[in-house]
Amino acid sequence: MAEAEESPGDPGTASPRPLFAGLSDISISQDIPVEGEITIPMRSRIREFDSSTLNESVRNTIMRDLKAVGKKFMHVLYPRKSNTLLRDWDLWGPLILCVTLALMLQRDSADSEKDGGPQFAEVFVIVWFGAVTITLNSKLLGGNISFFQSLCVLGYCILPLTVAMLICRLVLLADPGPVNFMVRLFVVIVMFAWSIVASTAFLADSQPPNRRALAVYPVFLFYFVISWMILTFTPQ
Amino acid sequence: MAAVDDLQFEEFGNAATSLTANPDATTVNIEDPGETPKHQPGSPRGSGREEDDELLGNDDSDKTELLAGQKKSSPFWTFEYYQTFFDVDTYQVFDRIKGSLLPIPGKNFVRLYIRSNPDLYGPFWICATLVFAIAISGNLSNFLIHLGEKTYHYVPEFRKVSIAATIIYAYAWLVPLALWGFLMWRNSKVMNIVSYSFLEIVCVYGYSLFIYIPTAILWIIPQKAVRWILVMIALGISGSLLAMTFWPAVREDNRRVALATIVTIVLLHMLLSVGCLAYFFDAPEMDHLPTTTATPNQTVAAAKSS
Repeated sequence: MAEAEESPGDPGTASPRPLFAGLSDISISQDIPVEGEITIPMRSRIREFDSSTLNESVRNTIMRDLKAVGKKFMHVLYPRKSNTLLRDWDLWGPLILCVTLALMLQRDSADSEKDGGPQFAEVFVIVWFGAVTITLNSKLLGGNISFFQSLCVLGYCILPLTVAMLICRLVLLADPGPVNFMVRLFVVIVMFAWSIVASTAFLADSQPPNRRALAVYPVFLFYFVISWMILTFTPQ
Repeated sequence: MAAVDDLQFEEFGNAATSLTANPDATTVNIEDPGETPKHQPGSPRGSGREEDDELLGNDDSDKTELLAGQKKSSPFWTFEYYQTFFDVDTYQVFDRIKGSLLPIPGKNFVRLYIRSNPDLYGPFWICATLVFAIAISGNLSNFLIHLGEKTYHYVPEFRKVSIAATIIYAYAWLVPLALWGFLMWRNSKVMNIVSYSFLEIVCVYGYSLFIYIPTAILWIIPQKAVRWILVMIALGISGSLLAMTFWPAVREDNRRVALATIVTIVLLHMLLSVGCLAYFFDAPEMDHLPTTTATPNQTVAAAKSS
């Protein structure tokens, strides 16, 4: 009996020691993750600060938007069927191009009776009403493109024709004649084809295959009318 | 050997015991193959009829489902309602354009090409193309006519686009509306076998204007005779298309009313053609008068002598 009492005494003294040791280990391990959790939210908050644009200067905002418009212009000049123009749509480019084209189509004379060319309002209405009509036509035919994406593409693809208008303005500074007209005709035809290719590169894939021609023809007519207005422009 | 004989005898005995008499057994044996072929052709006949009935039932269910689908999409304030008017493929539009250019005598344009699926794509974009074709051709024609004059300075007349749009869209949509109202009114009095919906009438009128797109482009040629020949050709083709389409809808009516209707349709069409030619394209002969101003007395004398 004395031996039995001694034998449980030995494990009794051994068992509480590892228990205490375990508790101390657990407390030590708990301290470390607390420190980690404190630092991680601060990092995410810093990221949130980086992503937000409320505290940036107006100059940075304007420069970023101008860069986006410039990128879209480059996509129009070199159409590669990319989705950038469709994904991040805006109407700044169409507005700039439409106003520029309408202003350049105005004549220098103030005589309203002799001036039979398109007025600013007429050019503006034809461009925007034409784009809206083509967009509705695409959606009615079952196209899977949103309203403003279509307006964005049609508006940006006026860029080649605006360049053609600028070239015609410069060419008309010379003496008018058949050669002058031929040069302008060639420039307008090339830029007209460029606009068609660029716009169909973006819009053709959004239409059902059996109705692609029905969706492309209004685009052709739209740019044809603008080309006609540019080609028949004659200054005073 | 005896056992074998006994077995055979037992089999025959079993058959005899199963039936009352041997002759009856033999007659039953003959009748069984007689009955089975009767059943065999009978069952497929019945099954065929049942299958036919099932097919008919399926067809009925399909039709009811289609009708239900069409009825469900009836609210006009939704976008899907208007998509049904543009439910047309490229080859269908091309077929209808070819059908409008080659009217076949005795064939109905609506039944042959539209087939109860009128679209608004053709009428709308044919009118849009015709508006710009007439405006641009008119400007080009006037430019070519006055090109030789030294005092002439080309000025684009952009207002022609607005006027052409007003005239052509008014004709292509208001005349079908009036014709539809008239046909509805006459149908309430005299039941016609053939009746058209408003969309079908708009569709016929829209596609009938396609011939005027190449005609307007050819009107650039500054020859009066050529222009009138082109007017006659275009008027003949589209006028015959309209007459052959709407004659079945009014022939059941009074003879005078039917003829008056067809004549009115053709006269309105003629008015559109001649009006566009006269307004948007300057007459070539007007140029000769200023060039002959040097000898006005001689021209007056020639007129007096003749």
